[in-house]
Amino acid sequence: MDLSQYPLIWEYMQPELLLLAATVLLFFIDLFAPSRFLDKWFSAIACVLLVAVTAISCIPGTESHTLFGGMFVTTPMTTMVKMILNIGTLLILLQAHEWINSEACKIRRGEFYELLFFTLFGMYLMISSGHFLIFFIGLETASLPIAALVAFNKQGGESYESGAKYLFTAVFSSALFLMGISFMYAISGTLYFDDIATVASANTALFIVALTFIISGIGFKLSLVPFHLWTADVYQGGPTAVTSYLSVISKGAAAFAFLWVLFKTFSPSPEIWQGILYALIVLTITLGNLFAIRQKNLKRFLAFSSISQAGYIMLGIMAGSAQGMTALVYYVLVYIFSNLAAFGVIAAIENKTGKVSMDDYDGLYRTNPKLSLTMMLAMFSLAGIPPFAGFFSKFFIFTSAVHAGYYILVLIALLNTIISLYYYLLVVKAMFINPNDNPIAAVKSDTSARIGLVICVAGILLLGIVSAVYGYLSGMSFGM
Amino acid sequence: MEYTVIILLLPMAMFLLLGLLDSKLSPRMAGILGTLGMIVCTAVAYTTAYQYFTQPRIDGEFPPVTAINIEWLRFTDFLHIDLGIYLDPISVMMLVVITTVSLMVHIYSLGYMHGEIGFQRYYAFLSLFSMSMLGLVVATNIFQMYIFWELVGVSSYLLIGFYYTKPEAVSASKKAFIVTRFADLGFLIGILILSFYTKTFDFATLTAAPGTIITETAGASFLGCSVAAWALALIFMGGAGKSAMFPLHIWLPDAMEGPTPVSALIHAATMVVAGVYLVARLFPLFCVTPEVLDFITVVGAVTALYAAIVACVQSDIKRVLAFSTISQIAFMMVALGVARDTDLHAGLGYMASMFHLFTHAMFKALLFLGAGAIIHAVHSNEMTAMGGLRKYMPITHITFLIACLAIAGIPPFSGFFSKDEILTAVMNKSLFWGIWMTVVAGLTAFYMFRLYYRIFWWNKPDYSHHTPHEAPLTMTIPLIILAAITCVAGFIPFGEFVSVNGQPYHIHLDPTVATTSIIIALIGISLATWLFLKENKKPGAMADSMRTLYTAAYHRFYIDEIYQFVTHKIIFALICRPIAWFDRHIIDGTMNMLANVTQGVSARIKGLQSGYIQSYAWIFLAGALVIAIITMCCF
Repeated sequence: MDLSQYPLIWEYMQPELLLLAATVLLFFIDLFAPSRFLDKWFSAIACVLLVAVTAISCIPGTESHTLFGGMFVTTPMTTMVKMILNIGTLLILLQAHEWINSEACKIRRGEFYELLFFTLFGMYLMISSGHFLIFFIGLETASLPIAALVAFNKQGGESYESGAKYLFTAVFSSALFLMGISFMYAISGTLYFDDIATVASANTALFIVALTFIISGIGFKLSLVPFHLWTADVYQGGPTAVTSYLSVISKGAAAFAFLWVLFKTFSPSPEIWQGILYALIVLTITLGNLFAIRQKNLKRFLAFSSISQAGYIMLGIMAGSAQGMTALVYYVLVYIFSNLAAFGVIAAIENKTGKVSMDDYDGLYRTNPKLSLTMMLAMFSLAGIPPFAGFFSKFFIFTSAVHAGYYILVLIALLNTIISLYYYLLVVKAMFINPNDNPIAAVKSDTSARIGLVICVAGILLLGIVSAVYGYLSGMSFGM
Repeated sequence: MEYTVIILLLPMAMFLLLGLLDSKLSPRMAGILGTLGMIVCTAVAYTTAYQYFTQPRIDGEFPPVTAINIEWLRFTDFLHIDLGIYLDPISVMMLVVITTVSLMVHIYSLGYMHGEIGFQRYYAFLSLFSMSMLGLVVATNIFQMYIFWELVGVSSYLLIGFYYTKPEAVSASKKAFIVTRFADLGFLIGILILSFYTKTFDFATLTAAPGTIITETAGASFLGCSVAAWALALIFMGGAGKSAMFPLHIWLPDAMEGPTPVSALIHAATMVVAGVYLVARLFPLFCVTPEVLDFITVVGAVTALYAAIVACVQSDIKRVLAFSTISQIAFMMVALGVARDTDLHAGLGYMASMFHLFTHAMFKALLFLGAGAIIHAVHSNEMTAMGGLRKYMPITHITFLIACLAIAGIPPFSGFFSKDEILTAVMNKSLFWGIWMTVVAGLTAFYMFRLYYRIFWWNKPDYSHHTPHEAPLTMTIPLIILAAITCVAGFIPFGEFVSVNGQPYHIHLDPTVATTSIIIALIGISLATWLFLKENKKPGAMADSMRTLYTAAYHRFYIDEIYQFVTHKIIFALICRPIAWFDRHIIDGTMNMLANVTQGVSARIKGLQSGYIQSYAWIFLAGALVIAIITMCCF
């Protein structure tokens, strides 16, 4: 390798290297510091390190760079996405603080943070990859630690079952993905995104099989139908912090990476992947909704809701334009705030009472007005009711798809929005209207969880109204 | 001049502060906070005006300044909604008017609303209104104006219905909201048509090249008029609703159910002139469609006469003032309708309209606040409960008289100068409308002095249970300030600041018009004096001799009843019922069917989610293969 590249590596890979350094640092602190110090400070240190990584390295610049002959790419937009992921992860850390420091969990606290940071590192690689091998390494680094995290609760058998299910499905999809890229190599003789675009001839059967397998590999991470079946079981069994991580961070990273791969690699034959994606979107949104309306367990409920939300996110890819890319990143940003607000409330109540069923939430407003209002805002935003952020993100993503001419697809998506409104409002109805003589007693969550929720609520209220956010993203996506 | 943003942000902050804290603040504290906020706001507005009008003229005019402009929502490459602050002579003039009247009302309400339940809420709403109204006048684009236009509508609704335990207040607030909303529908459609053809919302762009709309819409015409004319007529419909032009005026008299200071602020000085302001703002556009301006003239003239006749026979003093407001705003509309932008002379009406807007805001606010003081003293709106009040309320009496002289058009009070300019402008354009408006001016003098004599002279009713007394200082000080303004405002060289093309215009009185209007005003006043100075039988006898006309006018020519008939008998029965049936049976039926299908499918497919990892893997692989095969078949 050309040694003169080393300073550049430091410069362009700053987010990855700093995050890795932070993880290693956490590892050593966990190993050597006295346990009283750890009880008191470890979570705070982890948060501070994440903030520091974000502040130092994840502020988007204006230039794009490549490293290792194009295997690693960084653009303002990738840096932006990394920043968004960091913000989401930070919110999850805030919400998980109480749970991870509880008596049952604190012995394994270090693992939680380290594994979480490792998966984040994997997602960075996925986002910044310019080559299928890097992409695959990122995908695996992002997937495998999550399996361990899902099985984090040693007491509960459900957690193990979920971990196992996740692991098996992940391995299975990785196998398909790997097969897909080997086919691709067979066709084009290269795994660079840019080169495949110029070399591969589109319409051969092998190409289509390869493309389908690649899509199914990423579709697993996004839980697109029919690659979604693990989602509900894993969401339900895993610890809530991990579930929320899976549903927002993992999904957001995969969505952007998916867009990147499709744009870069398969841009000469858009009609093929757009056709496949068209079917997947319709299936995903509709089936996700159809399952969501039956759920009684809130975590399962959010699992199916997040499946259909992934379908909406895909609309931004369908648009295949700078506008679509902006809308997608904006949608992910808003989705992070809305979904984490919902998960934050669920976590707060689950920590204290262990209840996650929708029936338990009957009459919650009387005892926990603030949590109920937060939940209500989250549901409104997820359903896309103006003037909350979720309305604007849906508006922009639908607009981008309409501009690309997908009228029927947007119509189907809109009809599904109505169905989704029904089940989101079921939660609101339970909290505010359903009578209940013994609602869940007043829950007092810790300060850090409350800060997390306040940030989420602020995001839901402001992201839509403050148009500068969208404008900023829009300015960044030109030239893609 | 970025600091002007304070003018909007401060009332907004006050609204949030007072609205969120509500009863956690003491009423006193809330009143003082709100008033202090308005004082600062007024100071900033005056500074803005001073700085704006002392800047050097460029090509003889004050250049417009876009102090701030933020792109808020982008629809397409060229169409985007911005939020910003646009300063030009008329918007700066409006800033001064709104902040002055609003401040007076804030101070006045400290006394008038003292002890009312919901005092804090009242001040919160006042702040909301001030913010919306200020945002409306400084709008950089027509869509921003529309947003704030609706916001003033909402705050007007909230304030009219302030006494929400009174059924009349509630129905009045609903009426105001629905009627103006109906008019705003036209406004919105007009905006959409206009922006569709001109590809912009921006005022600066719209008015800089008014010819574009004609060239853009050259081929398009609808029912004999160009699309541009339709768009502007629809926009005017919004303005007519807000400014209570005939036949959309019906909400304004009822709106008097709100607290009197609110009537002074919203329904006399500021919000109701928004329609006039809208036409003035888009004036260069209106000039390319003279047929719309002629239409405005007719609407204005009819409204002016109608409202003046009705005002002559009303017995509720606030209703008299309400109809007088309608009539005076119609004067401004007529003035705009006869103006053209070819040169300064043809554009006299534009200047006169803005001038009258300015002076009218001051003396009409004064009249309403005076009426408030009187109602405060006698606890009734009806003339029969009043009479001989000049001895009990000297300050109110003098200030009220000044305002009456001003509105009647007696020199040297402000109304004389502005009304005289309007009459001159109308005379220049058309003798017929000139005479018409002069007659209305005479009627104005008559009904205002009828009101004045019935309140302050006539005969004392039985005040034995409690003697009326002069209002507290917080209420009289605003009266005195406004009266002082009314005395001197006529001498402001208004044409130097505001004119149709920005060039300074030296106001000079047309001796014929001035003499005629003074004489006719004096006739009106004398007639009122003869009839109403002392209690006598003459007014009754006169009413009897014209019984039909009198009754019709007293019932406002049955316009409300016509509305009632049209809405209930025609719209509700013939249009809404069938639609409601369709909605309930066809639409809801479809929806229910969809919901049932959804539930059914959802129940059927639940087996897919079996929980067995083997079947998951199987579906995963099968799904991928099926997709691949189908894709291969398709391509």
